[in-house]
Order: sequence, then structure tokens, then C-alpha cells
Amino acid sequence: MKKNVLGAVAVVLLLGAAAYAAFFIAPTDVKQGLIYRILYLHVASAWTGLTAFFLSFLANLMYVWRRQLRWDALGVSAAEVGLAFTTVVLVTGPIWAHPVWGIWWTWDARLTSTFVLWLLYVAYLLLRTLVEEPDRRALLSALFGIFAFLDVPLVFGSIRWWRTQHPQPVVMGEPGSGLDPTMLRVLLFSWVAMLGLMTLLLWQRYRLEVLRGEFEIVRREAEAA
Amino acid sequence: MAPPVRSSTGLRFENIEKRYGGLYALRRVSFEVAPGECVVLAGRNGSGKTTLLRIAAQLVRPSSGKVDFPQTAGSEGTRAKSPGFVAHATMVYDELSAEENLLLFARLQRTPKSAERVEVLLREVGLIERRDSLVRTFSRGMRQRMALARALLHEPSVLLLDEPATGLDPQGLAWLTETLKSLRDAGCTIVMSLHGESEISSLATRAIRLDAGAVVADTRAGVSVHSILTFADA
Amino acid sequence: MSLLSNTTVLLGKELRTEFRSRELLTTTVVFILIVIVLFSFTFDPTADESRRFGAGLLWLAFLFAASLMLQSCFLREQNNDTLSALRLSVTDPFAIFLAKLAANTLFLLLTELLLLPIFAVMYNVPVLPVLHWLVLVFFLGSLGLSVAGTALSAISAQARMRELLLPLLLLPLLTPILVASSEVTAGLFDRSPFVQWQGIGFLAAFDVVFLTALWLFGEYLLEE
Repeated sequence: MKKNVLGAVAVVLLLGAAAYAAFFIAPTDVKQGLIYRILYLHVASAWTGLTAFFLSFLANLMYVWRRQLRWDALGVSAAEVGLAFTTVVLVTGPIWAHPVWGIWWTWDARLTSTFVLWLLYVAYLLLRTLVEEPDRRALLSALFGIFAFLDVPLVFGSIRWWRTQHPQPVVMGEPGSGLDPTMLRVLLFSWVAMLGLMTLLLWQRYRLEVLRGEFEIVRREAEAA
Repeated sequence: MAPPVRSSTGLRFENIEKRYGGLYALRRVSFEVAPGECVVLAGRNGSGKTTLLRIAAQLVRPSSGKVDFPQTAGSEGTRAKSPGFVAHATMVYDELSAEENLLLFARLQRTPKSAERVEVLLREVGLIERRDSLVRTFSRGMRQRMALARALLHEPSVLLLDEPATGLDPQGLAWLTETLKSLRDAGCTIVMSLHGESEISSLATRAIRLDAGAVVADTRAGVSVHSILTFADA
Repeated sequence: MSLLSNTTVLLGKELRTEFRSRELLTTTVVFILIVIVLFSFTFDPTADESRRFGAGLLWLAFLFAASLMLQSCFLREQNNDTLSALRLSVTDPFAIFLAKLAANTLFLLLTELLLLPIFAVMYNVPVLPVLHWLVLVFFLGSLGLSVAGTALSAISAQARMRELLLPLLLLPLLTPILVASSEVTAGLFDRSPFVQWQGIGFLAAFDVVFLTALWLFGEYLLEE
């Protein structure tokens, strides 16, 4: 219990520090003004979402190999947390785009790819609701999760290669190229803070899933009797 | 029925466990079937008979434990063939003819001289007249013969049958009993699950009862086949 | 090599079964035709616009068709539990997948080539000069559709709502094929046609990635 509270406090402090840095330490952008600071939330969420999906991918591989349901619990927890962060990316995108370019959705390569990523993991979660038996559900969703993650670089690659030929507003510049060193540092710090939040959410969700699994076993035994 | 080579293969279950998400379908099932024995597996629905047979057929992986096909002395050196399996479903394609079905599986299994083997089997199960008819047009009894023919393509020394008598009319039942009898007499090891006493169960040299995934009675322990099949306490 | 022989035998079975009834082929062809016609109501199919949009619409139609056609792939093996019979008979379970994806690729390619002249006439796009390149991109794209579709159909066959589930799982996954294939095809439909080699390479890469994944994980897809 104490560890949980300490963890939560640490994450809140980190996030607070990151927010402070985003508003006060990061330099002002000449062209976009205040709104550009949403970049620190937007990009950090994107990277965190991908990290979570990568963890889900590893958990899926472990399940197929070891067949222990705790790997399945980790897989679904990471996928849900990843989906939450990805949703933040999709919401902050338009919030950023509208005041800057006057349009809500820009069909920017990264944003579009993120949308497909979002759809893939929604499909993953939907698949799980359609399989009753826990072992079967774990195996099938692990296999789909593996295929989905292998697809991610292909999705990003194809959209970036061919959908950015036409001139379009770019939501953010290339990270590391032309990005002010201070901005980069604030961005990385934001990412670390987000990773802290991700870990916290992941841990809570994982424990909930393990408990749910145990409960389901008891319920099924009672039903069978 | 032309008998296969005299059997030298038995069947051994060692601590077989099968869990489905925490629920046990099989709990530490261990027993051995000697070569040439004809065993009946009895038990209520859900007692684990089908799961056990499918594990023996290597269609289902046990959560723990293993299945062996021990060969008697003198026949080591020849690799044990996989068991033949006759399930509840016919496991043949409705859209193909009897001959096409058997040829398909024979070729997949790399059966030597597959065309001749298929012809022989079709004759033995009495389907040679209908070799070009689609299985879709077959009656339940004829489908059962197809299922058995498919299982026997590779001349297995162990035959597993999951409730083979279901849905058969008296003629079908008589034919099946006759066929299994000659297989048994030729030395084939047979394990079949049945619901109750019938013409077929009279072939059994041994009976084992399963309940809730565990072995609860075995004729080896002195209980009679009759009492196992009728669930009467010995 | 038994994998090759098993695959050939199974491919023969898949082809024989389909050509006997031709139900998959005919329904798929008609479906793509309907989609193409319906699409034409949504914009003005003059020569210029159709070149720009045509390739994308064509591939979108192929994608939809594939996600419907592939549903039956493993569902039909649940009839009479023939899947278990196959698992018992083959030495390498990958043969089952290879045969099915080869058959599916062939069926898709056949329907696509059948519809190409109709599409060319309706949208005024000259296809003859670039026919061999079109066949290449159709083949690589359809192979990708088949590999992913066959794998996912093995998954959806074991779940509820399987008819709706397959398109849901498959369509997002196939985005790269849609993008790359329509790009290459658009290049071929252009006034001065050209071959987008990066696109061809990308499609080949997609095919290799998913074929490898299927090879590594296929047997788990068939587990009971």
C-alpha cells in the first residue's frame, strides 16, 4: 500500500515538473506562440504509447512461449495503457492544428499512422471480448498482438513514404533536426515523466487483471459444480 | 477385413493433466494399455473421455504429463506409427468423393502405393460402389465407414475411437462391431469411449471409468466390465 | 521434401473444391464489380480524376473483397472437423497455411485480372501497355492480402461474430498494402506511366515479414 502511494506521489511530482518545464523553461516559438507547447504532451504521449505497445508485444511473445496467464494480463494491460496514450495523441493533434492552421485534421503522416495504430489495438481489445475461454483468448489475442506490432513499422513507413509527397501542414518538426536543444531536453524529460505515469497505470491495471482472472476461475468452478 | 501386421504397440498415459483456464478437464490420469488390449472408456458427458482420446491422438497438448506408445521387445528399431483416430465428426470433406478424400489423406501421409491402398480400403469398408459419390450424399452409417477408412489408411497399430456407435442404426452397429472385432483379433490395440453397454462393448477386454477427469474404476482392479459400463458400484 | 509435397497435395484440394462450385470466385467478382460501380457514383469519372482516384478505389475494392472472401478459409474446415484430419496427416502444419495462402492469392489474382478490363473501360484508363507491371503489383499485393488474411482467418474462426471480426482485424493491418499498391498502380495508370520501384520493394518486404511470422507462429494458430 505504501509503495503505491509513494509511486503515485513520485509520478505526480514528475508530471508537475515536466509541465513546469514545458511552460516556463522551454523557449517560445516565434511562429506558433503558446499553443506549440502542446508538443511536449503530444509527442511524449506518442512515444509512451509506442513503448506500451512494445511491452505488450513482448508480453505476447512470452505468453506464446510460456503459456502463463500473467503474461496475458501484462499484454492486455499494456495494450490498454498504450491505447489511452495514443488517444491523447489523436486528441491533442487537432487541438494543436486548429489554432495554427485553422483546420482540425491535417492528414499528417504521423497522425494518420497513429490513427491506424489506434484501430489495430482497438481490434485487439475487441477480439478479446469475443473469445470466452481464458486460455484460448490469451493465445489468440497474443498471436494477433504479435502480427499487429510487426505491422506497426510497415504502417508508419508506407504512410510516411507516400502520403507526405503532397504539401501538407506538418504537426511537428523532425525530432532532433532543427529542434532547439532546450526543447529537446524538455521533450525528453516530458517523456520520462510520461513513462512514470505509464508504469503506474500499467501496474495498477495488471494487478486488477490478475485479480479478475482469479475471480473468473473461481466463478467458472462454481458454475461447473 | 485384412488384418494389419501383428500389433506390438501399447499406449501409456503418465500423469496427464489438462486445464482450461483453471478448470481441470483431466486430473493426473495414469494408466497403461497393453498391446492388443481392447479398452472401453466409460463416463458421463464431461468426464474427460474425449479430451483424453484427443490427447492420445496428439490433437490436444496436455497441460502436463505425457503419452507414450511403448513397443514390445523385438520391434524396436521400427518407428511407432501414429494412432488412427475416429472422432465424433467424420473428418472428411463433404465436397469431395469418397475416393478423392482417401487419396488426399493417403498422399498427405505419404502412404506407399496410395491408389491401391485406397482401393483396398474402399472395398473393405464396403464403399467401393460409391467411390465417386460426394460424401455429402452419404448416410450416417456410410460416413462412419469413411471415417474408419481414413483412420486406417496408414495401418496403425493403435486405434482410438470417440463414441463411434452414436447415431448408427442396427446394421451400422453390427458392421462396426464386426470390423473392430477382426482388427482386435489381428492384434490392433483399441481404445474407445462408449456411453453404455451395447454390442460393441462386448469386444472389450478391459474397461476404465472416468469421472470429473479422474480414473475412478478399472477392470484391472477386479471390477467387472459390466458394472463399469452401467455405472453400478462393484 | 515433405513440406513441398504436402503443400502441393493440399493446394490441389483447395483448387479442386473451389473450381467445382466456383462460389467464392463468382461472389467475389460480383462484389468487386458492385463496389467499383458504386464508387463511380461518388465522383465524376472523367479521364483526369479517374486516373488519380482509380488506383486507390480499385485497391480498396480488392481489400474489401479479400476480407469477405477469406472468412470461409478456415470456417469451412470446421465442417466435419476436417482441420483435425489435416493436422493428423501432414508432417509440417505450415503446409496447411502455404496451400491456403497460395490458393487465396490465386483466387484474388484471378478476380482482379478479370475485373481489370472492365475497370479500364469504365474509367477510361489504358492498361495494355503496362499490363505486365500491373500483374506484378497485383500479385505482390494479393500475396500480402492472402498471407495476412489466411493467418487472421485462422484466428477469427475461433471467436464469436467471426464474419464481422475478420474485416475488423484485417483492414487496419492491411493499410500498408493499400497505400503501397495504390501508389504503384497510380504510377502505372499515369499519362506517362512509370514503375515505382520502392513500392514494389515495399510490397515484397511486407510479404516476407508476414510469411515469416506465419511460418514461426502458424502451428499455434491451429492449436486446439
